[in-house]
Amino acid sequence: MNDSPDIKTANAWIGRPVHRVEDARLLRGQGQYVDDLKRPHMLHAAIVRSSVAHGLIRSIDAAAALAMPGVVAVITAADVRHAHGGAVPRILQRQEALAELEPFYQPVIADAKVRYVGEPVAVVVAGSPALAEDAADAIAVDIEPLPVVPDRAAAARNETLLFEGAKTNCAVTLTAIRGDADAAFARAPYTRRETFKVHRHTAAPLETRGLLAEWDARGKVRVYGAAKVPFRNRRALAGQMRMSEADIEMVQSDVGGGFGARGEFYPEDFLIPFAARVIGRAVKWIEDRREHFIATNHARDAECELEIACERDGTILALRGRARTDAGAYIRTNGVTPARNMSQVSSGPYRIPHVRYDVSIMMTNKTPVGTYRGPGRFETDFFRERLFDMAAGDLGIDRVEFRRRNFIGAGEMPYALATVQPLDGRTAIDSGDYPVTLERCLAEFDWAGKAHLNGKLIDGRFHGLGIGCYIEGGASGPSEDARLVVEADGTVSVYTGSSSVGQGVETTCAQIAADALNMPMARIRGVFHGSTSYVREGHGSFSSRSVVMGGSALLAAATNLLARVREVAAVRLDCSVEKVEILGEFEACAGGGRSIALGELAASQAGGLFAEGTFSSNKRTYSYGAHAAHVAVDPGTGRVEVIDYVAVEDVGRIINPHTLHGQTVGAIVQGLGAVLLEHLIYDDEGQLQTATMADYLMPTACECPNIRVVALEECPSPNNPLGAKGAGEGGMIPVGGTICNAVAAALASLGVAPRELPLSPPRVWKMIEEASRR
Amino acid sequence: MKPPPFSYHDPQTIAEVIGLLGRLENARLLAGGQSLMPMLNMRFVLPDHLIDLNRVEGLSGIRETGEALEIGAMTRQRDLEFSTVVREACPLMHEAIGHIGHRQTRNRGTLGGSLCQLDPAAELVSVAAALDAIVEIAGPKGQREIPFASFPASYMTPALGADEMLTGVRFPRWQKGHGHAFVEFARRHGDFAIVSAAALLEADAGGRITRASVTIGGIGPAPVRVTEAERSLVGNVVSDAVLRDACERCRKLEATGDVHAPAAYRQQLAGVLARRALEQAYARITR
Repeated sequence: MNDSPDIKTANAWIGRPVHRVEDARLLRGQGQYVDDLKRPHMLHAAIVRSSVAHGLIRSIDAAAALAMPGVVAVITAADVRHAHGGAVPRILQRQEALAELEPFYQPVIADAKVRYVGEPVAVVVAGSPALAEDAADAIAVDIEPLPVVPDRAAAARNETLLFEGAKTNCAVTLTAIRGDADAAFARAPYTRRETFKVHRHTAAPLETRGLLAEWDARGKVRVYGAAKVPFRNRRALAGQMRMSEADIEMVQSDVGGGFGARGEFYPEDFLIPFAARVIGRAVKWIEDRREHFIATNHARDAECELEIACERDGTILALRGRARTDAGAYIRTNGVTPARNMSQVSSGPYRIPHVRYDVSIMMTNKTPVGTYRGPGRFETDFFRERLFDMAAGDLGIDRVEFRRRNFIGAGEMPYALATVQPLDGRTAIDSGDYPVTLERCLAEFDWAGKAHLNGKLIDGRFHGLGIGCYIEGGASGPSEDARLVVEADGTVSVYTGSSSVGQGVETTCAQIAADALNMPMARIRGVFHGSTSYVREGHGSFSSRSVVMGGSALLAAATNLLARVREVAAVRLDCSVEKVEILGEFEACAGGGRSIALGELAASQAGGLFAEGTFSSNKRTYSYGAHAAHVAVDPGTGRVEVIDYVAVEDVGRIINPHTLHGQTVGAIVQGLGAVLLEHLIYDDEGQLQTATMADYLMPTACECPNIRVVALEECPSPNNPLGAKGAGEGGMIPVGGTICNAVAAALASLGVAPRELPLSPPRVWKMIEEASRR
Repeated sequence: MKPPPFSYHDPQTIAEVIGLLGRLENARLLAGGQSLMPMLNMRFVLPDHLIDLNRVEGLSGIRETGEALEIGAMTRQRDLEFSTVVREACPLMHEAIGHIGHRQTRNRGTLGGSLCQLDPAAELVSVAAALDAIVEIAGPKGQREIPFASFPASYMTPALGADEMLTGVRFPRWQKGHGHAFVEFARRHGDFAIVSAAALLEADAGGRITRASVTIGGIGPAPVRVTEAERSLVGNVVSDAVLRDACERCRKLEATGDVHAPAAYRQQLAGVLARRALEQAYARITR
């Protein structure tokens, strides 16, 4: 008898638009975020941050602060050094680790030198957050300023080095190669080269970061506020503190959004547990919004000189790119991921036999960057989709037809993407039928019916349509763990190594577990996730992996649980395992003419009735789709208004249409914010000019246009038993190219061809002005 | 994001406020708090004393006189928004208020708070400039009045003595049937405008402009009455050439630039928005 859950056929829960089980609790104010937590005798920390972008720390005078009532301690690099054998620990890369990048890793507290405004130089611990802030203001930090490296161009000159030991401000150059691009360019009948830029912006989740650390008398520490990758952060902290991972427990409570930025290991992830250990009391730190803008990972900030080579009929021969990213002051845990993706996914859903794409990661005196929804993919999709419209125009080919002509065929899967060196990064697209999503998108949008609007001036505004296609890599390996426990009342508890950053993991995991065990969702007692105590190992929530990896691990655990139930029941019922029958909806077992309720069976087991399961895979999934936009541009003000927006995606297998729809619409809104509004602007002294919510313009409900999303499941992934593909990021990836192509179509008669984001009104107006003067 | 320590004062009368202002060093008045509270939390301002005006008697209300609307300094923006008196006697203010923040901020925000904060792009500041409002000020020597044109002393700083406070504002009425328009350009709904334009027009039976007020907000340290544009309009029947000439004068105003909008872009907006405001105001004239 094969008890493997048959999950690919129609079933009760997977695919059903179940309401999120999290919401009733969260909407009633019963959520528990890290700032809701209080521990006895808890203290509060404030971080003193560098106000200078580049300089040498001469002195830190905390005497006045320490004399203030209620101030308990001030911790500086000297204290950390003293406790750690003379060296300040550094934060290692979590992924794409390269030995040559070690000089660029961030110390947990500024170590003699500061390299960006916002770098921690001291920690103040006091009886209340207000007192800690008062004391932080009273600390005199004397920094001798050094010349500032404000941007990529200055970094490339290497006149001022951020890291003397490294002898260059270029941390590494990644190269993605497929075939022989140079040779293809040499014999190509048509080529075009353009330079594109994507600006610096950030995820800005609703809940900022926060930590609460508490040590017990036996030297074990519990850290609340974990998110995204609690197991990896436990390992990082154990390494820095030189202690056993078993003595660290990372606890995840509710998380108000992550988008890649929240939950990585930051300096505070060391400093707060360190302060709590030094003082011997629980210490809490909640990042405020101003700190968030200068302390939490920024994103994007890249430029690329991209070249395309085609036959006269539009068949693409090769793609060649030279990109530079501005990584800020340090290589953080995932600081290389955007560059890797940018180079590897540069070809998108298209058959491009020859690719060479170099990305140089440049160090500057700005807040370090990390991953943000569609890291590198957003940038590279914008570069490519814009260039495609330009090339199609040159060749006199309709831009939709140009894309159709170059799609990878469904029969060509798996399709190997370019290999990234020196990471030896290899991946292949698993499955896809790209014309299906493109044609559906055109139909939903009424592309043909609206074609007459392109370039038309109506009531003082120019209208235009844009299209963009994408692939979304998801489901990073290497594995995920799950545990299913039958409780004495017959309910089932679900434990997963995936984390919830607010995306609905509790709901989707309950759906998958209920189907795998053929039982109602109502009898899933709960989905427990994110804390290191629940399962042996967990890889967390990033790279759109929770459903694919965590869900597949649940299937493995269910298979094992069903086998375990038969084994245990056979003993209890005194029959052979083969004779055991599971009755009803995972309610009871029968065999040898007798039966027993599952809850009773569980209660009779001294160690409990449970099973674990692991799903291991390093093969990514590639969901995909097409977006179309209709915009109107006011030439007087430069304002771009999005009038209609349609997205069609194929995610392989839809677990919950509601949560998927929310992910996609939310990602599109973030994309529109990135393209039209959000911008982290620095001056030449490395000071962030947009560090409040009044200056960093995030879209509000008033700025959200009509967004229509269609999700398909025509091409399941062959790489996991669910057939699912990661689907949290795709909505954001093609927004830059789609909107820019629409603006270009609107303003074509004026000779405006945007090559740079954001499309802020002053920039759009300036492009119109410059075009009119040509 | 926690304010620095300060002493809180809760006076009940204007005289008490004036007394406190005379006695205390480094004091700030708290009106609706929609700008001051975030600035305190971000430690952009560090007062030793906060004097709360919310319980002071006689500072709010809308009163109609023959020639003007008299509005108390602590009148909430939301009350102005729903006042039929304001809508009829001062339609420019009614139109401008819809652009101020969001309804949540208008519930607390006050007329006097906005005028004293004196943000160069604030809607009510532009309305006061456009209507030649009269500012009523209380001090230790009693009450005085100044035209709004002399109210801004410098960037975001009103011409008030350290022991003085704004108590009310008179907005002179324009002729019944006058045309008005308030248009602005902000990046998002509810944001401070980058540039705004307020226009008021009166015309004779032949369509000839007899009186004009053109105000550009957000372009410099305080809103600018574009008197050259006003002069160029008066005496003329509105035509494309007349409007173009008036707007060109708005576009040539001296402008400041910042991270959100360079000076040249603000000048462009001044020209474009002035045109839109004047066209709309002209179309609204009823004779």
